[in-house]
Amino acid sequence: MLFWISTTLKVLVVVGFLAQVAALLLWVERKQSAMMQSRIGPNRATIKIGSLEIRAAGLVHSIADGIKMVWKADWEPTGGDHLLYRLAPIVAIVPALCLCAVLPFGPTVFLDHGRDLYDPAWATDAATLARSVPLQIANLDVGVLFIFAIAGAGVIGAALAGWSSDNKFSLMGGLRAASQMVSYEVAMGLSLVGAMMIYQTVRLDEMVTWQTQHCWGIFVQPVAFVLFVTAAIAETKRVPFDTPEGESELVAGYFTEYAGLKMAMFASGEFVEVCVSSALITTIFLGGWQFPFVQLTGLEFHYLGLNISWHWAHFVVVLVGFITFSLKCAFLIFMQLQVRWTLPRFRYDQIMKLGWRMLLPAALLNVLVTGTVLLFLNSGNG
Amino acid sequence: MPGKTKVLKKPTRTLADQSYLIEVVKGLGTTLKHFFQGTGQMVSGNVPNAVTDPLAEGISTLSYPEEKRAYSERWRGVHRLTHRDDGSPRCVACLCCSTACPAQCIYIKPGEYPEGDKRRGYERYPVEFVIDELRCIFCGFCVEACPCDAIRMDTGTHMTAFDVKSDFVYDKDKLMSMVSQHGTQKSENPRHEPGDPGHPGIDRLHGGH
Ligand code: SF4
Ligand code: SF4
Repeated sequence: MLFWISTTLKVLVVVGFLAQVAALLLWVERKQSAMMQSRIGPNRATIKIGSLEIRAAGLVHSIADGIKMVWKADWEPTGGDHLLYRLAPIVAIVPALCLCAVLPFGPTVFLDHGRDLYDPAWATDAATLARSVPLQIANLDVGVLFIFAIAGAGVIGAALAGWSSDNKFSLMGGLRAASQMVSYEVAMGLSLVGAMMIYQTVRLDEMVTWQTQHCWGIFVQPVAFVLFVTAAIAETKRVPFDTPEGESELVAGYFTEYAGLKMAMFASGEFVEVCVSSALITTIFLGGWQFPFVQLTGLEFHYLGLNISWHWAHFVVVLVGFITFSLKCAFLIFMQLQVRWTLPRFRYDQIMKLGWRMLLPAALLNVLVTGTVLLFLNSGNG
Repeated sequence: MPGKTKVLKKPTRTLADQSYLIEVVKGLGTTLKHFFQGTGQMVSGNVPNAVTDPLAEGISTLSYPEEKRAYSERWRGVHRLTHRDDGSPRCVACLCCSTACPAQCIYIKPGEYPEGDKRRGYERYPVEFVIDELRCIFCGFCVEACPCDAIRMDTGTHMTAFDVKSDFVYDKDKLMSMVSQHGTQKSENPRHEPGDPGHPGIDRLHGGH
């Protein structure tokens, strides 16, 4: 019973949050780019209640955009495949939402022990475990593999949209999206092999646990981190990897023929992807929900000759973990948006070269080096 | 004989450039610097005044139309017809401007002054003077062509957006009502009415030759 209630709640919270994320990120993106370019940014949309004028630093623009999208004519191309045309936006956004299912956004909550100090025995005690809620919707054994499988499905939406629109620009965009995403998935997957070898697991919650006990993934796998971030940005199809929708050559690429809410689905799918990839990078490379030097029992700092142990109640640790995870994600999202407004768009052939000639060999090399080092370390221990 | 040749050194790309990563980090550094500068100014309310200090570091957005910068004297805005001392137009309906206009957007209907008016025979006046500001390309040829300094574009006013096309067609009254950037409806150049000392006293019937 607890399982069903907690899972439903978690799904509602996560999906509810992701539904808002597009509107929020739209605002963040506009304001952030404005600040970078020494502009004020959007600030004219106003809600008037009597003499009160609400502008909320431009947030109202997101609402205005939403209203505009709803009222746009829902135009459809006369040619093409109507069923696929309508299906494509859904197929594009659903995988991005599914990915959130396996991301741990906090430590496991033991309901009976809110005020107690963490005790490792809880995790093995059946009665306590039965009254615990992992802050992760589905704790799959295949973890990372599930992510690759589902992320790979994202390409279908773009390809379908390009194919069913009966428009040459759309088709080109769909083709580019398909080839680009497939290429970068290879590098993306391979870049994580090193990390999996070190963590000795593909489960995301165990990856976080490893990082909590040892050190963050970015320190043991710096190359993989760079590769993975690059590939993840390429997967979101945003600048500098946005040739599938490069407006100077393809109008709007694979969603040229989409209007109104269908177009909004593609656009918000992009933001959801940014969000999810940030959460993924956080989980695999930045220690997930771990705040530096905080263990499940509280603050533990045993370096530089200092010996600080500051014990916290269980619920405080959980809260700190959740907030830390959110902050790390927010930081990564910020950096992704910053990249989007800093770099110019690659040419299509440059993207392919970067993917196949640079990222892929680098990822393979990373696997080799990691394996060799691990072998030496283990033989030393053994 | 061949001239001196100067061999330009091709810029070389180091490995660091080609790895792209370092340059990306540098670029991010630059944009982040500007981001924090702009955000700091926004949050602290220290945004430089875009009107008085247009070249200041940081946010330089001009919130038009609430804020405006003064235009240079030569800036070509919406036309105005300058006034004489008695408030009538300086224009003598010579049609120079409408002839010069490459967009052919000036229409003038000239009229003779009535019998007995001392200007009769010397000059005409515009019964109608219409400029279609939507067709106008703001080249300023009309101003250059006018022998009487009767038409000017020194109003410092942009073409405003209207809902109806006919609103863009400025008639004589509208053109006469426009003022210069400094608020005057006259022009600085002196004008001699027929009979004044300094008026050449030449008219169409009694030419000087
Ligand atoms: S500015 Fe040029 S186009 Fe406009 S009315 Fe004068 S001559 Fe014609
Ligand atoms: S405005 Fe000047 S050029 Fe045009 S008709 Fe009048 S006097 Fe002649």
